[in-house]
Amino acid sequence: MITVENLTFGYGGTGFRLRVPKFVLQDNERVAIVGPSGSGKTTLLNLIAGILTPEAGRIDVAGTDVAALSDVERRRFRASTIGFVFQDFALLDYLSARQNILYPYRITPALTLDTDARDRAEALAAACGIGDKLDRHPSALSQGEQQRVAICRALVTQPKLILSDEATGNLDPDSKARILDLLFEQAALAGAPVLAVTHDHELLPRFGRVLDFAQFREGAEA
Amino acid sequence: MNALYLAFAYLRYHWGRSLVLMLVAALILFVPVATQILLSTSERALVARGDATPLLLGSRGSQLDLTMAALYFSDERPEPVPMREVEAVWDSGLAIPIPVHTAFSSSGFRIVGTSLDYFDFRELALSEGRGLSVLGDAVIGADVAATIGKGVGDTLVSSPENLFDLDGVYPLEMPIVGVLEPTNSPDDQAVFVDIKTAWVIQGIGHGHEDVVTAAEVAAGSEAVSNAAVVQYQRITDENIESFHFHGAQDDFPASAVIVVPNDTRSATILKGRYLDGENPTQLIAPASVIQGLVDRIFRIKSLLDVVTTIIAIAAFAAIGLAVFLSYRLRAREIATAVKLGARRGMVLRLLSAEIFTLLLISTFIAAIGTAIVARNAESWVGWLLALGA
Repeated sequence: MITVENLTFGYGGTGFRLRVPKFVLQDNERVAIVGPSGSGKTTLLNLIAGILTPEAGRIDVAGTDVAALSDVERRRFRASTIGFVFQDFALLDYLSARQNILYPYRITPALTLDTDARDRAEALAAACGIGDKLDRHPSALSQGEQQRVAICRALVTQPKLILSDEATGNLDPDSKARILDLLFEQAALAGAPVLAVTHDHELLPRFGRVLDFAQFREGAEA
Repeated sequence: MNALYLAFAYLRYHWGRSLVLMLVAALILFVPVATQILLSTSERALVARGDATPLLLGSRGSQLDLTMAALYFSDERPEPVPMREVEAVWDSGLAIPIPVHTAFSSSGFRIVGTSLDYFDFRELALSEGRGLSVLGDAVIGADVAATIGKGVGDTLVSSPENLFDLDGVYPLEMPIVGVLEPTNSPDDQAVFVDIKTAWVIQGIGHGHEDVVTAAEVAAGSEAVSNAAVVQYQRITDENIESFHFHGAQDDFPASAVIVVPNDTRSATILKGRYLDGENPTQLIAPASVIQGLVDRIFRIKSLLDVVTTIIAIAAFAAIGLAVFLSYRLRAREIATAVKLGARRGMVLRLLSAEIFTLLLISTFIAAIGTAIVARNAESWVGWLLALGA
C-alpha cells in the first residue's frame, strides 16, 4: 500500500535531517509510530500526505509517486486518498457536526458533495454513536464526541489510507481505547490501512506493528 | 458556492461581530447617499419655493430673515411692514400683494394670517372642509392635522405670546373649517387664518363679552365672564358683530407681503420704486436670497464630503483589520484545510466570500435605508425646512 524508499528530508536552517531507507505499510495494516518528540514522526506523515516534499527518495501510496506530483496534484491526491485525524480534532466551531464531517467536500474540487456523501456521513456518524448529535456544534460536544466527528470526517471521503497524528492524545484513558478501536473498526470497514503517531505506549498492543522512529533521525543508529 | 456557504456559516455563527461589521459598512455606504438625496431634495424644495415667490416686500433689514419668515414661516420675526404698503402695491396696478402675518403659533405650528389670494397663489387644495370665510376660521396644513389629530369641526387655540404683558390679549379659539392637501412644503405645517384673525390674536381687534372662563369650560355653562379666570377668546355668531379694530387699517402690521407682478416689466418697475436706501421698506427677489443660502449649504456640504470620505476610509480600514485579525485567529483552521487537501487559493476564496457576503448584506441594508430616505425625502425635507419655525 505504502512504500517509502531512500527518503531524505531536512528543515532548512534547523539541522533537522530525516532519512528513511525503507518502510512498507501493507493493506489493512495498523502501524504505530513511536519515538521521542522531534524525531520526525509527524514529518513522515506530512511527507506521505504530500504536504511536504522530500529532498530525495520515493513515496509510493496506492501506486502514486507522491513526490513526483505537482502542488495541485498533491492537493487533489491528499483530498481523495488520505484521511487525516488530528490530536486537537481540528473541528470548525462555526459548523455543525454534520458539516464538519462534510468539510473536505467544501474545500476542494477533487471531491463532489452528493447524496452518497451525505448518506455516508450519516451512516458513519450513526456507527460512531453520534448519529443524534449531527446538528450540534463542536462546543456542544464532549471531547470524545468531537474526536468521533473527526474520525467520520477522515473516513467520509473513502480514503485509501488513514493518517492519525496523536488522535487520542487529548482524550481520557477510557475514551482513548474506545476511540482507537472505533478508528480501526471503521478503517477496516473502509479497507484502509492506518498509520498512527502516538506517545501512548498502553495503546501499542492494539496495533499490528510498532515502528520506533528514533532510528530514522539522521545520526541515530538504524 | 462552497466558499460562500462556509463564509455565510462563519458570519452567522459569529453573528454579533458580523452584525457590527455589516452595520458599520452599511452606514458608510448609506450616510453619503442619504445626505446627497436629502441635500438635493432640500435644494430643489428651497429653490422651488423661492422660484415660486417672485417678489417679497418687507421692512428693511435682513433679507434672509424676511424670506425665511414669509416663505418658510420660521422663527425669525422681521420688523412688521404696515398694510399701507399692501395698498400701495394694489394702487400701482402692477402686481397682486398678498400679506402674510406670521407672529403667532398654535400647538407648535405657525399661524399664518393672510388673504384668500394666498391659497390661489400657492395652488393649495382642500382635502376636507371649506376655505376661510368668517373671522376666526382656521384652515390647517396636512401635517398639522396629522400631528395634532384634529380636523374639521375641532378647534385650535393660539398660544399665549404676551405672558408677562398685563395688557396682553387672550388667546383665541379658532374653529377648524378646512384641511389642506399635503404639498411637502412649509404650508403643510401652517395654520392659516384671515389676516384680520391674526390681528385679533395680536389684540388690535377684539369683541365684547367674548371671553370664555375656565369654569365655563369645565362646566360647559354660560357663566358670566370674569377676567381673573379667563382662558381664551371665542368668536361666535352672537358676538362676531361686536368685533372691531382700533386705529387705521393702513397702520396694521404684516410680517411681509408676497408681491406677484403682472409681468416682467411690472416687476422691474416695482423693484425700481424700492431701490432708495432711505425707504423703510425693501422689495427683494427670494430666489436670489435662497440661492445664496443654498450655495452656502453646498460649500459646507463639500467639507462634509471630505470628512465623510476620511471617516469611510478609516472605517473600511478598521473593517479590513478586523477581517485580517479574524484570519490570524483562524490560522489553525487554514492549516487543517491545507492538510485535508484544500485547493490553492482557498484562503483567498474564503476571505473574498466573507467580504463579499458582508458587503452584499451591508449594501442591501444601505439600499433599503436609501430607498426609505428617497421615498420620504420630500416630506422629511418639508418637515426639516419647517423645523425651528
